[in-house]
Amino acid sequence: MSSTIATSALRKTALNPVHRALGAKMVDFGGWDMPVEYPAGFNGKPGGLIQEHMAVRTAVGLFDVSHMGDIAIRGPQALAAVQHISMNDASKLAIGQAHYSALLYPQGTFVDDVIVHRMGEDDYLLVINAGTREKDFHWVRDNTRSFDANVEDVGDKYTQLAIQGPRAAELLQKLTGADLAKIKNYWFAHGTVCGLPNTLIARTGYTAEDGFEIYVPSDEATSKRVWNEVLEAGKEFGILPAGLGARNTLRLEGKMALYGHEISDEITVWEATLDRFVKMDKPEFIGRAALEKQRAGGIRRTLVGLEMLDRGIARDGYKLFDEGGHEEIGYVTSGSPSPFLKKNIALAYVPPHFSSLDTNVLVEVRGQKLRAKVVPTPFYKRAKKA
Amino acid sequence: MAYPKELKYTKEHEWVRVEDATGDIGTIGITDHAQQALGDIVFVELPKPGADITAGKSFGTVESVKAVSELYAPVSGSVTAVNEELNTTPEKINREPHTAWMLKVKIKDKGELASLLSAGDYEKFVAEEGK
Repeated sequence: MSSTIATSALRKTALNPVHRALGAKMVDFGGWDMPVEYPAGFNGKPGGLIQEHMAVRTAVGLFDVSHMGDIAIRGPQALAAVQHISMNDASKLAIGQAHYSALLYPQGTFVDDVIVHRMGEDDYLLVINAGTREKDFHWVRDNTRSFDANVEDVGDKYTQLAIQGPRAAELLQKLTGADLAKIKNYWFAHGTVCGLPNTLIARTGYTAEDGFEIYVPSDEATSKRVWNEVLEAGKEFGILPAGLGARNTLRLEGKMALYGHEISDEITVWEATLDRFVKMDKPEFIGRAALEKQRAGGIRRTLVGLEMLDRGIARDGYKLFDEGGHEEIGYVTSGSPSPFLKKNIALAYVPPHFSSLDTNVLVEVRGQKLRAKVVPTPFYKRAKKA
Repeated sequence: MAYPKELKYTKEHEWVRVEDATGDIGTIGITDHAQQALGDIVFVELPKPGADITAGKSFGTVESVKAVSELYAPVSGSVTAVNEELNTTPEKINREPHTAWMLKVKIKDKGELASLLSAGDYEKFVAEEGK
C-alpha cells in the first residue's frame, strides 16, 4: 500500500521492463527488483518455479543475473592483491580460467563468496553477490591499498545472462562463432555473441548444471535484444525464462552456498565445508591465521544435508533437535521442496557428532517436531559426459 | 480468472460457498489471486473433522515451493469434511482455485457472512492492493 517509496529505492537491471512485460512476479532481492518466476505463456508453455527448475535440469533456462556485482583488479601487483584478499590460490589460474573462492574476515568468516576470473596477465575479475556489492567493493579496495593495483567496480557495465541446462551449449553455439566445445567447466573465452564482438563467455553457473554466463553491455536496447535472441534461439530446445525462485532451488539441490544462509560473517570456512576451496599452503591471506587455529581446535558445527521423513517442509531458520526432541542442536540454513528429486530437502548446521549419514534429527515446523535424516550431498549431481 | 458471484471473500484471500438449502454448511478455499501470489502449491496443512475454526483466526497453512502462508477462517464453525485429495495433489489449488475446496464447516453464526466481500468488492480490493 505504501510501497511507492520502497519500490523507487530498489535497483533495477537493464532488463527490468522486459521481465515486467513477460508478467514476471517481482521481488526485492538484496535491494534489487528481480523476477522470482514467470507466468505461463512463453512459447505456449506452462510457467512457474517448478517448470523453470525442470527446464534447467532437462533442457535450458535463461536467467538475468545482472544484479551480481563485478570488481576488476588490474596492475603489476594484481595477483598479489587477489592472493591477499581471497582464500583460493589465484596463482594457479591460467589466463582464461576461473575458480570459486571467498573473501574472508580476519576471524575466518565470510565477507562473501566470489568467482575469480583471470582475464589477462595482471588482470582479474571478481564476480560477487548482489546484496553485498558495496560492502565487497569497499572491503577489496580498503584491503589492497598497499598493492600496486587498481580496483574498479565494473558491476554496472554488464548485463549478465546465465544460460543453464544440458542444452545450453547447443543453444549458445547458434549465437556465437566461438567454439564452445573448447571452453571447459570454469574456463572462459571472448567471442562474438549476437553480433557483439569480444563478449565474455564463461562456462560457469549456479545451478549444478552445465551452462554459460555471458556479459554484454548494460544498455537497455542491447540487453533486451540479446535476451530476446537467446529466448528465440532456445525455443527449439524447450527454453524457459527462469527467475530467482528456480535459481534458489537449483543451487540448493547442488549444495551451492548462498550468502546470508550457508555462509555469513559468523560462519567459518571449515563449518561451511568449503575446505577444498581454501589453500592453506598459500603463505598469507586475510583469515588464514584464524583458520589455522580453528583447524587445530576443531569445529563446533558443520553443514549437512537433510531429507524430511515426515510430511512437512523445513524452512530457513527452523530449529533442529536431537532424535529424542530434548536438545536443540542446530538450525536450517536453506530448506525447500526439491522440484527435481520430489523430496523435501534442507541444508542445516549441526554439531559434528550429528553429521553422520542416516542420523535422525527433528525439525521444528510450527511447533511440531518432524523427523528428518542426514543424507549425502550434493542432493543432485549431474551425470558426467562420457 | 473471474471471481464467482456465489462465493463470499475475505481480505486474506479465502472464499466460502454456502450451497445447501438450510445455509448451515460452508465450503472454504483460497482465491485465484492467492494461488497466483503463492506460486506452485506443494503442501497444505488442514484441521481434522470435528475441529473448531474461528472467523479471522488461522485454521491451517498452505505452502508453495518458496513460501508458507497462513489460512484464515472466513466464518466460525466446526469442520465436517476435509478435502483429502489435496494431500496428494495440492497443485489442484493452482489449477482450479475456486473449486479445489479445503474444508466444509457447520457454520456457527450465519451473521458472520454479512461482513465478507462480494465478488465485485473482492475484485476491487485485489486491484487496489496491487497498486
